Amino acid sequence: MATERELRKRIRSIHNIGQVTRALEAVAASRVRKAQSTVLATRPYARKAWEVLEHLAGQAGDVGQLHPLLEVRTEIKAASIILFTSDRGLCGAFNTNMVRKTLDFMDRSSVPVTLVTVGRKGRDLMIRAGRQITAEFTHIGDLPGILEITPIARTAIEDFLSRRVDMVYLAYMDFVNTLVQRPVIRRLLPLTPLDMAGQALAEHVSSVPSGRPLVAEYLYEPDASSILQEVVPRFTELQVYQAVLESQASEHSARMVAMRNATENAADLGEELTLARNNARQAGITRELLDIAGGAEALAQAMAARS
Amino acid sequence: MSPIRCEIVTQERVVYDQPVDIVIAPGTEGELGILPHHVPLLTALQAGILRVRAGGVEEEFAISGGFMEVLPDHVTVLARSAEHADEIDIARAEAARKRAQQLLEQGTPQDPDRYRAIEASLRRSTVRLQVARRRKREPAPMMSGEKTDL
Repeated sequence: MATERELRKRIRSIHNIGQVTRALEAVAASRVRKAQSTVLATRPYARKAWEVLEHLAGQAGDVGQLHPLLEVRTEIKAASIILFTSDRGLCGAFNTNMVRKTLDFMDRSSVPVTLVTVGRKGRDLMIRAGRQITAEFTHIGDLPGILEITPIARTAIEDFLSRRVDMVYLAYMDFVNTLVQRPVIRRLLPLTPLDMAGQALAEHVSSVPSGRPLVAEYLYEPDASSILQEVVPRFTELQVYQAVLESQASEHSARMVAMRNATENAADLGEELTLARNNARQAGITRELLDIAGGAEALAQAMAARS
Repeated sequence: MSPIRCEIVTQERVVYDQPVDIVIAPGTEGELGILPHHVPLLTALQAGILRVRAGGVEEEFAISGGFMEVLPDHVTVLARSAEHADEIDIARAEAARKRAQQLLEQGTPQDPDRYRAIEASLRRSTVRLQVARRRKREPAPMMSGEKTDL
């Protein structure tokens, strides 16, 4: 049995830990909201760009001819996957789940899959799993601007255009709500304007009303292909950007839940220890009383014996 | 005339969304003015000044390329970047312009991508400065003989 002094020390440190985790929970909660509102702010561009893309693709006979990033290759010889994880830990099973899902996907794939990691945790876990990483990006920071993620998109685009890979996937934690995040793997490239459901981050364009009276004919200035030159790479970048933001929203809510549990655990543990401390203290008092009473009794007996 | 809704969006955010009387945009083929009931149009934009006018008040945005969808009652500008005149940091834009100019004076870089990047940066910062400086001399005078494609 621990002494009262030891118990008091432990109670104090548990209490401090509880305060730290409570603060971390509050920080994570505010970051979830920010990440969410940032990803929502990308929707107007995404929707319009997708609409234009759909329109242009609907006009042409062979979509793949319009732009190299729209080319669906008949023979898939290699694929690559971009794995989004966090730089920091203390977020429960967030990174492990994401990495497990990705490893599972890679092992099941019938073609070789090369790996690009975003985030320190994903890189470390993949190296520990003995995987080759072709490119890694770390320290993106909270709520990056689009410029900070364009190198990731560029890597994907270059790999695809150079035909090193025929498909590019995004593996990220989809933010459903604060309690539920789902690891998903979706296709980034080729873009398929006529098959929205197969596309990564479809939820950000899905509220485009399909029955919208689409304009039959636009004037193009200078021509349709220069519009595509602009919209296709921008849309690809935007999807990578959205994946980063989704992943960050999920990371922060995973951390929030983990920290809330830690705070509750600390409170429980604190209560148990307080009880143990009270017991120990009471036991000490009783022991001292017994000592005094025993001493007094002994003294009384000695006095009685002498007289 | 009934106004036309003008929406300026970037990949990151909605910069502007208001009914306006006219939108004057820097198209790749030259500046073009859009009035309500314009025919549907998709056009690429270059780095430049985008102006909107509503009830005699003109607002300016520095944009750096992108494209624009025009419908009879709705203009959507999808810009790579767009900043309202008030948002521009003059000191930063000036620094960026000087840096780009210096790099170009040092000689043409071998890598064509790099050259294009520097050139684009020069153009962007110059546009930003133009917009920010014009903002200062209020009110911005209307240029006579302004070309619209109507």
